Amino acid sequence: MNATLFFVILPYLALLSFLMGTIYRYWFMPFLVSSLSSQFLESKKLYFGSRPFHWGIIFLFFGHLTAFLIPSTVLAWNQIPLRLYILEVSALTFALLFLTGLILLVIRRVESKRIRQVTSYMDVFVYVILMFQAITGIWTATFFRWGASWFSIVLAPYLKSVFMFNPDANAVSQLPLVVQLHIVGAFVLIGMVPFTRFIHFLVYPLSYLWRPYQKVVWNYRNTEF
Amino acid sequence: MKNIRSQISMVFHLDKCIGCHTCSIACKNTWTDRKGAEYMWWNNVETKPGTGYPRKWEDQEIYKGGWEKKHSSIDLKGVGKIKGMKKLFHNTHMPTMDDYYEPWNYQYEKLFDAPEGDDQPTAEPVSMITGEKITPKSGPNWDDDLGGSAEYARKDFNIRDLSPAEQETMFQLERMVMFYVPRICNHCLNAACVAACPSGAIYKRGEDGIVLVNQERCRAWRMCVTACPYKKVYYNWHTGKSEKCILCYPRLETGQAPACMHSCVGRIRYLGVLLYDADRLQEVASCDESELIDKQLSLYLDPNDPEVIAAAKKSGIHDSTIQAAQKSPVWKYVKEWGLALPLHPEFRTLPNLFYVMPLLPAMAEMNEDNKYHSAGKSLWDDMENPRLPLKYLASLFSAGNVEVIAEILKKLMAVRLHRRSVTVGDLQNDEIEQLLQNSDLSPEIADDIYRLTSLAHLNDRFVIPPAHREEAIEMLNETHVHKGTTGFGFTKKPKRGL
Ligand code: SF4
Ligand code: SF4
Repeated sequence: MNATLFFVILPYLALLSFLMGTIYRYWFMPFLVSSLSSQFLESKKLYFGSRPFHWGIIFLFFGHLTAFLIPSTVLAWNQIPLRLYILEVSALTFALLFLTGLILLVIRRVESKRIRQVTSYMDVFVYVILMFQAITGIWTATFFRWGASWFSIVLAPYLKSVFMFNPDANAVSQLPLVVQLHIVGAFVLIGMVPFTRFIHFLVYPLSYLWRPYQKVVWNYRNTEF
Repeated sequence: MKNIRSQISMVFHLDKCIGCHTCSIACKNTWTDRKGAEYMWWNNVETKPGTGYPRKWEDQEIYKGGWEKKHSSIDLKGVGKIKGMKKLFHNTHMPTMDDYYEPWNYQYEKLFDAPEGDDQPTAEPVSMITGEKITPKSGPNWDDDLGGSAEYARKDFNIRDLSPAEQETMFQLERMVMFYVPRICNHCLNAACVAACPSGAIYKRGEDGIVLVNQERCRAWRMCVTACPYKKVYYNWHTGKSEKCILCYPRLETGQAPACMHSCVGRIRYLGVLLYDADRLQEVASCDESELIDKQLSLYLDPNDPEVIAAAKKSGIHDSTIQAAQKSPVWKYVKEWGLALPLHPEFRTLPNLFYVMPLLPAMAEMNEDNKYHSAGKSLWDDMENPRLPLKYLASLFSAGNVEVIAEILKKLMAVRLHRRSVTVGDLQNDEIEQLLQNSDLSPEIADDIYRLTSLAHLNDRFVIPPAHREEAIEMLNETHVHKGTTGFGFTKKPKRGL
């Protein structure tokens, strides 16, 4: 694969698109920021799809994030083989959970006539890219073992170099093709966040936990309290 | 009494409702006749006994709406900070389209476009979601006038506490009884929808207490739909945003009555300001169920009391709003005369829509043959033997307190008999006086009740405080500058996101 194109240019394009796109959509098109839930039209199948899907993806997201942010700690943890096995097995479990949920969601969308009415081209894209990531990811986990460790050694420094604006794609371009595809897929996914329903993960309502239950807005005083 | 607020509130007079659904149509035509909102009836009229819309909405074992008492405090029953966040990926108790109904239209164009043939063209029903032909199996008022009562009326949530014998009598053909309950959002003081919204998109307006969903901040977490025990927040399946009755605030701000109220044929609807003590909300919402009605009613303050007026002014309530509160028909029905009660106070949202109890369905004379007749001499001499079990009304309007209901019905009856003695003159004066006294009424008050109930003009029924948007603008902008910036611009279509 063309290392400069895929591992130097693409990541910056993705980050640019992510930042500018999400900020623009959030500030100037707030009406279009929604999780676009379709539970109202179909609830039962959603139950079995949405929960494993979301819990799976959340764990995987934070797993990748941890390996990127504190690679040395992860490596230290993996010193003892048993701990490494635990990490790998649970990561794979969540990946399978995620894949199962995803498949159920796709089936639901295809089967239910009502849901098809609220399916856009971008939703199709979302399913395709997620499926692609799930397959390449699980492939990597199964055939190129101990990713929990080599991610910290190979990928964390690469990603860091990207964020330091001093990209070094040497090591990444030596990785097996499937792994490279997984990385490219990730960049595409990140870049497409502002153009798809992915955007809803950015408005996860954490602040709900500390705001008071009732909310009053005054027109004259132009204040909220 | 430090923190006084004003609330636009409503009274619906149930004896006057003729069940014509004009209100529903007025609201539908004005606000919800668009894609994604076809199934929504911000205003709907239900036949009672019946299961309502969405089906069995009152049964919180199914929908987990409203608040529940936890020790000395309250928490949302189905959602909230912990429970809600756990349900973000699948909102377990949320009603789906099938609990409302699948909206449909008819292929009218077929009547014009169909090619020539041997048969008359027909306009078949098609789903407004999928566009496919469907056979409608339920609708928003499918059980109108007790239609299909085996399926609906007998499953009414409010008959659960009636004895089997009492239930049986309610459905005997000779005794069959019904009335209508028109419903809109109650613009609650302790709104469950506001509390449940994780995004903080739902809020209560400080000046008039109208509860609104900010369409630009709603993220379709759907917690409000579950939380509202009255099921008066609706999820727009097309735009991915929740919507609800806006109390026609654009009309109110320009001094017009809400569309549903203005168009009401029976003139059953009244709207006016109530002043209340916002510091006591928590205490009242979490009191014992037996005290709920009394405590909620004690929240509303007398707008003629000088102390209240002074405190209200201090809290920044405009003089014109205080004046409106003094003329408020809601104040009269709810507090001065004590004739109206909120729907299902036990949900603890402190609703601001009050219902004058229906006397007509309760009233009838029982003959020797043990059948009810409504043409007797005094119409209803046996207060203890109402045609409609008072327990049923108590389940709807007073968290089970039968005495409150009986008192109101006696009052209404006293007013009727008083008016009969005035206009027909065939009743004993001293008897009537005694009746009025028993209900704490003077002939003058009885006449007032009669007048506001039967003869009221538009301006008596709707006492709308000026919105003073001009002052709101002054706070933000110079008026002469602002003037040149309005009246021209672009409106965006409610387009669905990607
Ligand atoms: S009736 Fe429902 S939607 Fe209306 S304010 Fe109360 S809780 Fe909210
Ligand atoms: S007040 Fe307006 S928005 Fe609310 S139900 Fe009536 S017509 Fe509809």
